[in-house]
Amino acid sequence: MSAREEVLAAVRSALHPAASSPAPVASPPPVPSVPGPDQAPGEEVVALFAGRVADYRAEVTRCGAAELAEVVSSIVADAHGVVVPPGLDLELPGATLDDDLTAAQLDGIEAVVTRASIGIAVTGTVVLDHGRGQGRRSVTLLPDLHVCIVDERQVVSDVGDALARLDPRRPQTWVSGPSATSDIELSRVEGVHGPRRLHVVLVGD
Amino acid sequence: MPPFPTAARAALGDAQLRRNLAHATGTIRAKRAAVIDELEDWEGLRQRAARTKDETLAHLDEHLLTLEASLTARGATVHWARDAADACRVVADVARAHGIRDVVKVKSMATQEIQLNETLAEQGISAWETDLAELIVQLGDDLPSHILVPAIHRNRTEIRDIFRDRMGAVGRAAPDGLTDDPAVLAGAARLHLREKFLSTRMAVSGANFAVADTGTLVVVESEGNGRMCLTLPEVLVSVVGIEKVVPTWSDLESFLTLLPRSSTGERMNPYTSTWSGVAPGDGPQEVHVVLLDNGRTKALADDFARQALRCIRCSACLNVCPVYERVGGHTYGSVYPGPIGAILNPLLKGVGQDPATDALPYASTLCGACGDVCPVAIDIPGILVHLRGKVVDAHRGDGLPKAEAVAMKAAAWGLGSAARLGLGERLLGAAAGLWRGSRAGTTRPVITRLPWPGSHWTRARDLPVPPRESFRAWWRRTGRDGGAS
Ligand code: SF4
Repeated sequence: MSAREEVLAAVRSALHPAASSPAPVASPPPVPSVPGPDQAPGEEVVALFAGRVADYRAEVTRCGAAELAEVVSSIVADAHGVVVPPGLDLELPGATLDDDLTAAQLDGIEAVVTRASIGIAVTGTVVLDHGRGQGRRSVTLLPDLHVCIVDERQVVSDVGDALARLDPRRPQTWVSGPSATSDIELSRVEGVHGPRRLHVVLVGD
Repeated sequence: MPPFPTAARAALGDAQLRRNLAHATGTIRAKRAAVIDELEDWEGLRQRAARTKDETLAHLDEHLLTLEASLTARGATVHWARDAADACRVVADVARAHGIRDVVKVKSMATQEIQLNETLAEQGISAWETDLAELIVQLGDDLPSHILVPAIHRNRTEIRDIFRDRMGAVGRAAPDGLTDDPAVLAGAARLHLREKFLSTRMAVSGANFAVADTGTLVVVESEGNGRMCLTLPEVLVSVVGIEKVVPTWSDLESFLTLLPRSSTGERMNPYTSTWSGVAPGDGPQEVHVVLLDNGRTKALADDFARQALRCIRCSACLNVCPVYERVGGHTYGSVYPGPIGAILNPLLKGVGQDPATDALPYASTLCGACGDVCPVAIDIPGILVHLRGKVVDAHRGDGLPKAEAVAMKAAAWGLGSAARLGLGERLLGAAAGLWRGSRAGTTRPVITRLPWPGSHWTRARDLPVPPRESFRAWWRRTGRDGGAS
């Protein structure tokens, strides 16, 4: 008997010691459809999101859409190299477009600017589903500073609301504060591997 | 590993270990309590998660088939493993098929359970741990001692020495002038491991959850080493215990709320990665999933104790356990320490086969704290008692009575008569001088070794030295005087 048959048989005999139940035929189930955005969240939810992100020692800046380019430019002004994903839709002079850069190339760039898919207020989390403007997964991982632009309308209240809006077929990265470890005598150290700084820019209007 | 009582005796003598553990568990307990209080209905969430897991386990075969089908549809290759040997073989075969001799790893209990690193090493394949704590453990030729903070038994100076002496032999050496500042040490680890992430073509991970209907695997972590392993290499193999399956994407709500809060006391862990098979143009383009039994169906067959398979490995039960806090994780002789280890190991391995496993259900005071804290409401104390019964049953007819039974019978005999008690007290007081010793880290004189049958008791415990004069002798001497005045 193959390992597959043996494991399944062991599961069945553990569950139904007497019966030898037949194998149900499995076909891939339909993937649930993802609802579109509801109406914009209230200021209370947006403020909660901003506060909770800041609790992780991430930086948070709120601004209007008109000031966005200027705000982001000043955040990355001192960085040695900035990479942006295709579809960011933001003028950032001097930034490198991620045009399938190698991991080694990304490793040599200090900052990355992306958008997000959703922000979760209760947990202060930004979720990237790596669609347009969010970059491949490695783009937000190798540079040391991640500047993440979140539109106020993308903020949802809690994890359940986020899951309802996200498409499980897309790979996702949920980010809550900068990379952190407490492995050495429980002292918290930022960024062993991922970006040591996370800067969330929350855009209103 | 020696059985729990023997290992515990050594661990209890290690004052540094106990200080580290008390600090760690105390800190995490306080953080956890604060973030749990923020939620309106923790209990409701807990019951919902428990119910989801129970219902999944009750139809595990169907959910596994669904998971297999959705993973396959999304471009992953699914393998099944009866035991550790099967699972290790799959990983080694994938590596060999690509001519790969080095793999990077995300910390995972399942891969530790099957001793993947050791098995791969025998076949000339090096597996590099990439979690900071696991790196410390691996470079130090050591064993992890806590599910969540595996190197909690090491202090910063020891870590500095390990990095300075060992890093160079296996990759980028630690920078000169390394201090024992945690940020500096983390910086050294960052450089050492970044080199590995960028050059290694294959990664191995576990998964915290596997969503059946969408074929999504979920890994929850803090450092970003998980993200590195899950996205940079060309080939990814994930070893997933069959109990990790949850039916639907929306079931993740309760688990992603319960896990970080119970585990590190955070509202959310820094990084959660989810992926469903292969994502074209992003991340590994060859994805394998190994569905691992290795005793889980044995646990499943126990109608009552089956609930142990709900465990989401948050380690909250370790952090509240008075026994764990004093003896640490190594004592349990297994990758699953603490209260969950005390029930999971006997369930996965079966009782009545080796003394070390049979000792584990007794490694508890049954205070109940572990059951109260468990985010998926596993009745750990109930299962401990249930397993004690099974251990006793397994040893019926062994001939020799268990040590505990002998000791209890002797105690009953000694305490059953005033004359015998008086005699015992006098003998013990007189003989104490012969057996007196002391343990490292204390100044209190203790008896560390009694003659048989008392040796069964002192194998795992010290006995305070009895006073030279028994209470009854003292009362005869002073009580009478006091009464007369
Ligand atoms: S038994 Fe419960 S408390 Fe212990 S690690 Fe598992 S889920 Fe957490």
